[in-house]
Amino acid sequence: MNYELMIDTFPKLLGGSYITIQLVTISLFIGFCLAIGLALLRLSNNYFLNFFAKTYVFYFRGTPLLVQIFLIYYGIAQFEVVRESLAWIFFKEAYWCGILALTLNTCAYSSEIIRGGIQSVPFGQIESARSTGMSRFLLYRRIILPIAFRQALPAYGNEMILMVKATSLVSTITIMDITGIARLVIAKTFSPVEIFIAAGLIYLTINFIITRLISYCEFKLTPYLQKSE
Amino acid sequence: MKRFYLTLISVLLTVSASYAGDWSKIKIGTEGAYPPWNGTNAAGELEGAEIDLAMDLCARMNAECELVAQDWDGIIPALQNGKYDAIIAGMSITSERMEVINFSQGYANEPASFSVLKSSPLASLQSAGKVNMDALDNTSSALLDSLKSTLDGKVVGVQGSTTHENFVKQVLGDSVTMKSYDTQQNLELDLTAGRIDAALSDKGSMEEFMSSDNGQNITFIGPGLGGGPFGGGVGAGLRKADTDLLEMINKAIDEARADGTLAEHFIKWFGKDISM
Repeated sequence: MNYELMIDTFPKLLGGSYITIQLVTISLFIGFCLAIGLALLRLSNNYFLNFFAKTYVFYFRGTPLLVQIFLIYYGIAQFEVVRESLAWIFFKEAYWCGILALTLNTCAYSSEIIRGGIQSVPFGQIESARSTGMSRFLLYRRIILPIAFRQALPAYGNEMILMVKATSLVSTITIMDITGIARLVIAKTFSPVEIFIAAGLIYLTINFIITRLISYCEFKLTPYLQKSE
Repeated sequence: MKRFYLTLISVLLTVSASYAGDWSKIKIGTEGAYPPWNGTNAAGELEGAEIDLAMDLCARMNAECELVAQDWDGIIPALQNGKYDAIIAGMSITSERMEVINFSQGYANEPASFSVLKSSPLASLQSAGKVNMDALDNTSSALLDSLKSTLDGKVVGVQGSTTHENFVKQVLGDSVTMKSYDTQQNLELDLTAGRIDAALSDKGSMEEFMSSDNGQNITFIGPGLGGGPFGGGVGAGLRKADTDLLEMINKAIDEARADGTLAEHFIKWFGKDISM
């Protein structure tokens, strides 16, 4: 084991973590916003809205992320119509293709997590809110969504961690994230073990921070579970 | 317990020692994604000039061979870890690779060249001349300079972990934006899509693509490139320790060259003789 090489490579890989963190935060943020909408569609009584949401989740959860990334990056570029349209400004860049794939993917998973959260809100609480004359919007904002988020948080934390790891797949479409840079260094040094251990340590650190943040949020959102001193 | 370990180690040593001398069975690693050198056909079988060559060499060495497909970027580490015993995968003999593995004598040599879309403004640079990076004279330096100024500020694509990637890094440096692809096919896809302005690869594999429906609108620009970062020809990669296998393979290549079959393999797949 060449420790010197590991230490030398570390700063280079850290440079890549900047891209990784960007990919994770942007796609998680947009994906989450879309997921709330998708979860509401999924819970709606309208057959078509419900069917749309179900189909979307079925396809994006049922196919590998790697395939989705390839289809969005290499697949869409096959159509001349796209290449000659304004959309090409977006699809030309590997970076945005990566963000799009990650966003659509996490949206599907998150919407199911949120749906589970919303459905776990005890009906008694909804009823009592209604009895005070709350509007539907206020009911969601004040009662249903806050409780749903609290219920969904542990599962969503999982999704965030999975997303950090999933970003490593975008290195296959020329994006120089942590894994992309690791591959570049391996090409020169021929030492995959040292470099991948160093890369793994960086992913581990990012996920450690996320885990702590989620525990902190859980702690804050469940004051009734804390022992009073 | 200590004795147990000693016994275990000595058993392992005997096993590997007896294995090292016995080359009746050889595993050969190839990429299988680099036609016409080594590709994979619709049925999922490996095919190409180097697949034929490998089988030919094995017959000459009286060895039973098994071909293993391995992604390009892990092809040297997997050799070192003993997943197979030789690499026959269009791998150029370079000093960097020589630091970690041994090479047989070269069996083929094909210049590298940049290619662009015919509709690209870069296509105005004529595809002409040859540049040997080891022996630059006035003419070839001028060719290289006009290539450099044409590509200045452009996006250049290469397959990762290749001599082409090294050339772009060492010779063009920061004057271009480099994009590395995992396979030659993905590089070709992005060249046709117009995501990159130019691709650098060996001529033979790009010609294969140009002869397909999707590659009709691709053309070479600038000189054919060789030597320097491109190394001195393509050879079989072997572990440093396996000097006996190295001798066997070199002898087999000599024989194949002498009776003309070496050239035949390449004529069959490349339509021209690139053997050396």
